[in-house]
Amino acid sequence: MTVDKSPISSDANEIITESRRLLAPRIHDTTRRNFLLKGLTLGGISMLSGCSLSDSQSVETALASISRFNDRVQGWLFDPKALAPVYDEAMITRPFPFNAFYGEDDAPSVEAATYRLEISGLVADKRSWRLEELRAMAQTDQITRHICVEGWSAIGRWGGVRFSDFLQRIGADTSARFVGFKCADDYYTSIDMATALHPQTLLALTYDGQTLPRQYGFPMKLRMPTKLGYKNPKHIQAIYITNTYPGGYWEDQGYNWFGGS
Amino acid sequence: MASTATLEKTASHPGWLRLTHWLNAVAVLIMVTSGWRIYNASPLFGFSFPSQLTLGGWLGGALQWHFAGMWLLFVNGVLYLMLNIATGRLFTRFFPLSPRGVLQDLSTALRGKLAHDDLSHYNQVQRLAYLFAIVDIVLLIISGLVLWKSVQFGLLRELLGGYETARRVHFVAMALLVGFVAVHLVMVALVPRTLRLMITGKGGKSS
Repeated sequence: MTVDKSPISSDANEIITESRRLLAPRIHDTTRRNFLLKGLTLGGISMLSGCSLSDSQSVETALASISRFNDRVQGWLFDPKALAPVYDEAMITRPFPFNAFYGEDDAPSVEAATYRLEISGLVADKRSWRLEELRAMAQTDQITRHICVEGWSAIGRWGGVRFSDFLQRIGADTSARFVGFKCADDYYTSIDMATALHPQTLLALTYDGQTLPRQYGFPMKLRMPTKLGYKNPKHIQAIYITNTYPGGYWEDQGYNWFGGS
Repeated sequence: MASTATLEKTASHPGWLRLTHWLNAVAVLIMVTSGWRIYNASPLFGFSFPSQLTLGGWLGGALQWHFAGMWLLFVNGVLYLMLNIATGRLFTRFFPLSPRGVLQDLSTALRGKLAHDDLSHYNQVQRLAYLFAIVDIVLLIISGLVLWKSVQFGLLRELLGGYETARRVHFVAMALLVGFVAVHLVMVALVPRTLRLMITGKGGKSS
């Protein structure tokens, strides 16, 4: 997390000192006074110097709770029947951009022969899955837009098992709240059950008709055109169903958890 | 006497107007500065905004500010529009408005002959500028909704020509709003009494 630190002008300091002098005698409750003074200092300096207001713990807490409120609003807005637009093959972005919290060369190499997808949590059948078994299930293909939290977007073609089919197959408790993912690149994230059951949510095994390449998440990624890129985990090793909020790699640092589009 | 009293009353900015104006100013400041930080994560055009002018510290922080500020912008904006319509102010203050009237007032203003005795009476250039700001903020909210929820707001997305077009609409609308604010601030500097009027609600008429 980077935080801008700009030098504080002497004017700003004077304003704060003066305001403190004026405010302090009027507020008797020390807790409240400390809170206000802290807010005044950080808020004041930040406003004047243009640095991050997130330095202030109280501001950070307020923003985090608004982000949780936005999770609920998005859950409420989410229409399980609303489909993301699909595109023609000619509109696919080539080359499709690589994106992760590490460089392309550092994408993990997962051994196909020994690979097992682990299943745990609120499911009837917890046995692990081999790739051939997943490939033997009904496959579907779709060309959709991937939207990154940074703002850019790219159109790609993913194919694989409809995730709702898979959840049904393992006897997942679809009344549970969350589906969590752990990945070979140490990434982790989680999604709401409504999105997990969305007809366009795929356990993607291919990209553009070919086995999913290493840089795009071999052996599999969860592809959801109804969520931002960081919600789509690659190199998935374990899937679990839970009612306990699992968080996520970016979500725990401040990205919005729902991350829907 | 009755008409003087009415004039006195209408010559001031009512409390709800001043409150929504300043809340809107805070909301716009938050949205623009955090928006610049978000833009910098993946610049659409060949430049970035200086990070000292941005809010949030990093992309995640800027997004939190942006998606918190949107509620203030939206709720305050709806409140402003409702009160503006309910009190009839929108129609009495902003109309009539005609291209000819705007050109006349603009030419009078440029010759330095525009009267400012009653600041709550808007000349036609002001009417156009303020109405533009309202429409532009509505466009920012609509294009912002498409960027935030392009699948859930499918109809709006199609109206704006898709996600990538909505990004550009959102950017241009932001640039125009910043342009409006710049001109607005210059005008306030030229006629400082307007600032007092917007803060205290009084002093709109010069005696």
